[in-house]
Amino acid sequence: MANDVCFRTLDQDKPWTLDTYLSAGGYDEWKKVLKGEFTPEQIIAELKTSALRGRGGAGFPTGLKWSFMPRNVPGQKYIVCNSDEGEPGTCKDRDILRFNPHQLIEGMAIAGFTIGATQGYNYIRGEFWEPYKRFQAAIEDARAAGLLGKNIMGSGIDFDIEVHLGGGAYVCGEETALIESIEGKKGQPRFKPPFPASYGLYGRPTTINNTETLSSVPMILKNGGQWFLELGKPNNGGTKIFSVSGHVNKPGNFEIPMGTPFSELLEMAGGMLEGRKLKAVIPGGSSTPVLTADVAMGMNMDYDSISKAGSMLGAGSVIIMDETTCMVKTLARLSHFYYEESCGQCTPCREGTGWLSRMVHRIEHGQGNQEDLDKLLDVAGKIEGHTICALGDAAALPVKSFLKNFSDEFRYHIDHKKCMVAN
Amino acid sequence: MSKGNIDLLTAESRVEIDTWVAKYPDDQKQSAVMAALRIVQDQNGGWLTEELMDAIATYLDMPAIAVYEVATFYSMYEHKPVGKNKLGVCTNISCQLRGSEKLVSHMEKKLGISMGEVTEDGKFSLKEVECLGACAGAPMMQVGTDYHENLTVERIDAILDELK
Repeated sequence: MANDVCFRTLDQDKPWTLDTYLSAGGYDEWKKVLKGEFTPEQIIAELKTSALRGRGGAGFPTGLKWSFMPRNVPGQKYIVCNSDEGEPGTCKDRDILRFNPHQLIEGMAIAGFTIGATQGYNYIRGEFWEPYKRFQAAIEDARAAGLLGKNIMGSGIDFDIEVHLGGGAYVCGEETALIESIEGKKGQPRFKPPFPASYGLYGRPTTINNTETLSSVPMILKNGGQWFLELGKPNNGGTKIFSVSGHVNKPGNFEIPMGTPFSELLEMAGGMLEGRKLKAVIPGGSSTPVLTADVAMGMNMDYDSISKAGSMLGAGSVIIMDETTCMVKTLARLSHFYYEESCGQCTPCREGTGWLSRMVHRIEHGQGNQEDLDKLLDVAGKIEGHTICALGDAAALPVKSFLKNFSDEFRYHIDHKKCMVAN
Repeated sequence: MSKGNIDLLTAESRVEIDTWVAKYPDDQKQSAVMAALRIVQDQNGGWLTEELMDAIATYLDMPAIAVYEVATFYSMYEHKPVGKNKLGVCTNISCQLRGSEKLVSHMEKKLGISMGEVTEDGKFSLKEVECLGACAGAPMMQVGTDYHENLTVERIDAILDELK
C-alpha cells in the first residue's frame, strides 16, 4: 500500500495535467463544496477524525488549526501554502508541485472555503523554478475551467490563488517569516502572540499549511476522515511522504502508511549503498536529533514511535549515514548551515550559531580541545528556548544529539587530531 | 519617497513587474519587491546595482532602504558581477554524503576559480548553495534556473562543455 494520497496520480501519463487529475476524480470534493454539500464544520470534523497533522515539521493537528480561524469576522482572510521547502533532507513538496499541482489547488480552495478566505497564496521557494512554472500553469488551467475565480460555478463562492516566489532564505519556512516575506520584507519571524489566525498576512486572519498537508485534504473528504486515520495509526493518521537520502541504493520519496517500520522503508530505498553497514539516521530533516543504527532499526515511521526513539518525525526527511561517515564532519556542515541561515534577529541564535559552527569546525580540523565539548553543549543550551522562532532550537538539537550518540568520534578528533573513520 | 531613475528599468521589466504587483492587494505594492529584484537582476546580466535598487524603490513607492534590506537578506540576489552561467552547487548534508566535495574540487580545478568567483571570460560563476530541496537526487547543482541531479564528475564535464 503506497501512493494513496498526494502521489495517487504519479503512475499516470503527465499526472500534472488538469485532464489527468479530473479523470482521477479530481476537484470532485471542491465541486461538492460549491454545491453546498459540505459545511465548514463538517470539513473540520472530518479533519479532526483523520488525525491529519502538519506535514511541514511541527505536526500540529490541521483540523484544530483551521478551527482557530474567525471565519465570520468581516474583511479579507487568507489561506497561505508553505512551499518554501528547505529543511536539509526534504524534497517531497517539490514533487507534489511538479506532479500533482491540481490536488494542492483543490486542497487550498477547500481550506479557503472552510476558514472564510477568498484569496490564497502559495509561497514557493525561489529556486523551484520548474515547480513554480508547473503550479502556475495549473492555476491558469483551473481558472480557465471555471474552478477558480468569482462566483465559481454559480455558487456565490469566490476563491483564487497567486504564487509568491521566495528569494533564498531557509527561515522563511517559519510561518511568520513567510508572511513578512510576502509583504515584501526581510524574512524575520514575528513575535507570537498574536498568532496568524488573528493577525497574519497584511494584519488579517491567516492560516498557513504545508504543501503536503493541504494536498491531503481532498482525499480525506473523498474517502472520509476514518479512512485516512486507518491508513495509519491512532493519533498518527494517514500516509506520509518520506524523503530518503544519503547512503542508500535508491534514494527517493516514498508515500507510505504512518507506522511502517523503518527497516521496511530502508528496504524500499534499495538498502544500504554498496552493502555497507548502517551507522546513523536523521529521521525528520536536519533539525531533528540523530539516532544510532540500533535505535533507528527498532522504530516505526510515525510521530509517536520516532518521539519514543528520541527524535522527531519532522518533515519526514530520512537521512541515512553508513559506517564510512564522519559524524564530526557531518555536524560541522549542519552547524554551518544554521549559522548561514540565522536571520540575525535574536542574539542567542545570531551569535550562538557562529560559535557552534566555529567550534565544530575546529574540532573537525584537529584544533579542538576537551573543553570545547562542554562549551558546545553550554552554547547549544543557551540558544535553545531563547529565540523567537525554532531555528535556534534547530541549530542546538543536532549538536546535542551528535555529541550524545557519537561523543567518542569527537574525542578522537580532539585527541588524535584526525578522523576515526575516514581514510 | 526615493529619487531613483525608473528609466533604468526596461519596458519589458516594467510590464513583468506590473503582473506581480497585480497579484497583491492594491495598497500592498511592496509585496512585489522580491519579484522586481529578480526581474531587474535578470535584465542586468544576473546582478544588482544600487542605481537599479533605487529605481525599483521609486517604481514601487518604497524607501530605498527597504529595498536594500530585502536585496541583502535573500541569497538569490547578487551584488557584484556574476558569470553568464551561474553554477550553484549544493554541499549540504545529503549532497555531502553523496560526494559533493569531490565535485566542488573538480569544478574549481576545471574552471580555475574558487567558490564565489567568476571565470576570467565571464562565462561561469561558482557559488556554494544551501539545500535546494532535491536531496533524493544528490549530489545536485543548479545552473541558472535548471536543476541537475545525480551528478558525477563525468556528468558535470558534459554539462559544462555544453554551456556557452
